[in-house]
Amino acid sequence: MTYITKPRLHHPLLQPNALGFTRRDYEGKVSTLCAGCGHDSISAAIIQACFDLDLPPHRLAKLSGIGCSSKTPDYFLGGAHGFNSVHGRMPSVLTGANLANRELIYLGVSGDGDSASIGLGQFAHAMRRGVNMTYIVENNGVYGLTKGQFSATSDKGSKSKKGVVNHDQPIELVGLALQLGASFVARGFSGDKAQLVPLIKAAIGHKGAAFIDVISPCVQFNNHPGSTKSFDYVREHNAAVNRLDVIAPRKEIVVDYEPGSVERVAQHDGSVLTLRKLAADYDPTDRAAAITHLQAHQAIGEIVTGLLYVDPAARDLHDYLGTVETPLNRLGDAELTPGARALAAINQSLR
Amino acid sequence: MEPTNIEAPEYFHKVVDCQWACPAHTPVPEYIRMIAEGRYADAYMVNWKSNVFPGILGRTCDRPCEPACRRVRVEDEPVAICRLKRVAADNKEPIEDRLPRPAATPNGKRIACVGAGPASLTVARDLAPMGYRVEIFDADAKAGGMIRSQIPRFRLPESVIDEEVGYITGLGPVMRLGERVESLGALLKEDYDAIFVGCGAPRGRDLDLPGRQEAAANIHIGIDWLSSVSFGHITRIGRRVIVLGGGNTAMDCCRTSRRLGGEAVKVIVRSGFDEMKASPWEKEDAMHEDIPILNFLVPKAFTHEAGRLTGVTFEPVEAVVDEAGRRRLVPIGEADVHHACDDVLVAVGQENAFPWIERDIGIEFDDWGMPVVSEVSFASTNPKVFFGGDAAFGPKNIIWAVAHGHDAAISIHRHCRGEDVTVRPAPGVTLVSQKMGIHEWSYDNDVSNDARFRVPLRPKAEALGNVKLEVELGFDAAVGFHEAQRCLNCDIETVFAEPLCIECDACVDICPMDCITFTANGPEADLRERLSAPALNAAQDLYVSAPLGGTGRVMVKDEDVCLHCGLCAERCPTGAWDMRKFLLDMTHAEAA
Repeated sequence: MTYITKPRLHHPLLQPNALGFTRRDYEGKVSTLCAGCGHDSISAAIIQACFDLDLPPHRLAKLSGIGCSSKTPDYFLGGAHGFNSVHGRMPSVLTGANLANRELIYLGVSGDGDSASIGLGQFAHAMRRGVNMTYIVENNGVYGLTKGQFSATSDKGSKSKKGVVNHDQPIELVGLALQLGASFVARGFSGDKAQLVPLIKAAIGHKGAAFIDVISPCVQFNNHPGSTKSFDYVREHNAAVNRLDVIAPRKEIVVDYEPGSVERVAQHDGSVLTLRKLAADYDPTDRAAAITHLQAHQAIGEIVTGLLYVDPAARDLHDYLGTVETPLNRLGDAELTPGARALAAINQSLR
Repeated sequence: MEPTNIEAPEYFHKVVDCQWACPAHTPVPEYIRMIAEGRYADAYMVNWKSNVFPGILGRTCDRPCEPACRRVRVEDEPVAICRLKRVAADNKEPIEDRLPRPAATPNGKRIACVGAGPASLTVARDLAPMGYRVEIFDADAKAGGMIRSQIPRFRLPESVIDEEVGYITGLGPVMRLGERVESLGALLKEDYDAIFVGCGAPRGRDLDLPGRQEAAANIHIGIDWLSSVSFGHITRIGRRVIVLGGGNTAMDCCRTSRRLGGEAVKVIVRSGFDEMKASPWEKEDAMHEDIPILNFLVPKAFTHEAGRLTGVTFEPVEAVVDEAGRRRLVPIGEADVHHACDDVLVAVGQENAFPWIERDIGIEFDDWGMPVVSEVSFASTNPKVFFGGDAAFGPKNIIWAVAHGHDAAISIHRHCRGEDVTVRPAPGVTLVSQKMGIHEWSYDNDVSNDARFRVPLRPKAEALGNVKLEVELGFDAAVGFHEAQRCLNCDIETVFAEPLCIECDACVDICPMDCITFTANGPEADLRERLSAPALNAAQDLYVSAPLGGTGRVMVKDEDVCLHCGLCAERCPTGAWDMRKFLLDMTHAEAA
């Protein structure tokens, strides 16, 4: 942890975005995580993504559960709304918040313990209901706060820092998200921001349940030989399916790629995802093929990263439930107490 | 790019911009930290060893360090380095017991120094404790040279001069004051082992305009007039004064005039305001004392009536840049303007004058009448004769004279031992980790957000009433502490160890100035464009690592705006970044 706060001074050429904010304006408090924690890089990627998207910080709600990962919302977007929930319960709190006010942008930050162990059920239902959110799991495969026990996402056969071998089958959150109907599924790596920042930008622009599994090495307990979530291991076994660029709404697309090498996906918010293919014939709009590709590469020890699946026409929970568009806190007496005549009409319709 | 060689002392020395810019290479951040700790005597001695006149320079230095200060590039104004030096000098406990002792036994060598100014005194400071018999000649009755004769007392009290000149004369040189050297040839015959010429640039330039002779009684050469004031020969000046010239001497002249009865004092300059040679703060000080500075006026004639000066006529001009990029002043075609006055002070430059050096004693002179002097050894073409200070390369300032003096002393020492005088001893360099604990450093790495503090001044009415009353009151200890805290500790270097790096990006994420990038290597011009923030200041180096084990990328750090806050090292999980204090001590004659 760091004892001095980050100096206010910044690079003289630091540019403002369309709102007049610099990237530094999207920072939060100084991190108290271990030096070198992958989670801090993810926070930096979220800061960069929100800056790039010209998001007004107060239009974003960041929610988390318990754990190292769930501490991080304190370290980015100090001007955003925040809620630190009970362990594993971020998805239901977020779902409630989203139902009450659909105008905010929802960012759920969780970890492998918070989402794959105690909160697995919560994770599953948020995905299958299509809650409009960006769900980031900062996945280090280890319980860092309690000194390095295996977590539910630790790979079978990987070793702890003390050399103990893990015999349990890992929970593959990306595979689960695909099966459960998440309409945007991606995997990134905290050590590769060039890949991660566009994934976060695309997820924020996506309407529906967007899930990003970010492998985030725990430098303290899970960055040793024998770990499958170390910087070295992930770099050696990283099999990215594509490289993503996010082109903001209303921006002209000027980048020229070789024909056939690029796929463009228009998102609900008007942004365009440009996907440069790295894996031959990988189709990120085919859910079944994505699951197959994932399992095939997992079997040979590769870690598949990139934008794995996206359904640009996805609908969300509000669409399914037909809820009112206005946030509940802006509904007046007229809407909330429509009067005896309306009640009579309802009663009549049920007779 | 090739990996940066941080073993070469120049690399980290350049990062310490203030020390690099200082002609004497005073370790500035080192003594500023001591001031913050209240170790004034320690801070004073770091200065004394390097620049010999901390109390004098703390009031009068031309401060080449300040424009170089990194604070200028990261916020606005530099650390008040010069005035902090004065804080050390003003608040120190007695330091006499820390000074070198006069040599116990003479080494049998005799050195003559011509002039008792800063350059000669520095030579004496270095050589006298080693056993040299240093004889210092000066026409004036007191040592100090231009420090004593030209700098007005309201900027530099005599007590400070006496103290610091006294430290040198206490080292045992033979002070032959009141003895003007009239012939270098004659001095050479006296068989000194070496002669050092540190006589300054003693001649003030005149303006040969119509009316100069007729009105001579009220037209004075600036430096001569200042020295007459310093020695008490002149105590009054007319009510209306025009000072011609835009350098620091002009500023001293106008401010002195204000104290000797000049009520309407104007400075009138040929060039524009920004092109004036005077330091910005000296112009500010003059204007603060209600002295207008009029620009783009070329003096044409002195007007007079019945043998008495009545004023000066000027031709209005403008600056035009011609095709070759040269600035020229051309008349704008308006009528000449006349400024009435009672006295004129001419401060349009100084020049060297060597009527006392014969041209047949082995000392070559160039076409401009300047001796041919080596910029490395300060030796003339006569191997026994060395030059330094303004006498060597024309008018500069005290800190340059001190730097020359140190270098000339090395050469004289080597000459007396029959060694090659062009060889310079390597500086003493240390690079020591400042890590004390997991997030503890032996320096205060929290960056101050304070703006530069202003030095308090004596009330104007009081200051203008007495030419000997010091105007600046100096920082008190509390303000001195806060100003010292503005120092970014640029000598605490970020040192990177490739084998330890796991490329976790923690340093990149935390760096407040976006100095650090991990990227594919490339040519410098290309790399400078591709960094987290473009590195457009080519005067500042890029620190490039060897290729890293994980990805083959390199770490590139732009030194330009690094705050030396140490957050990269605090966030580094493996200790690949370390904060190490770089201390470069110039080697003087003693160890040469």
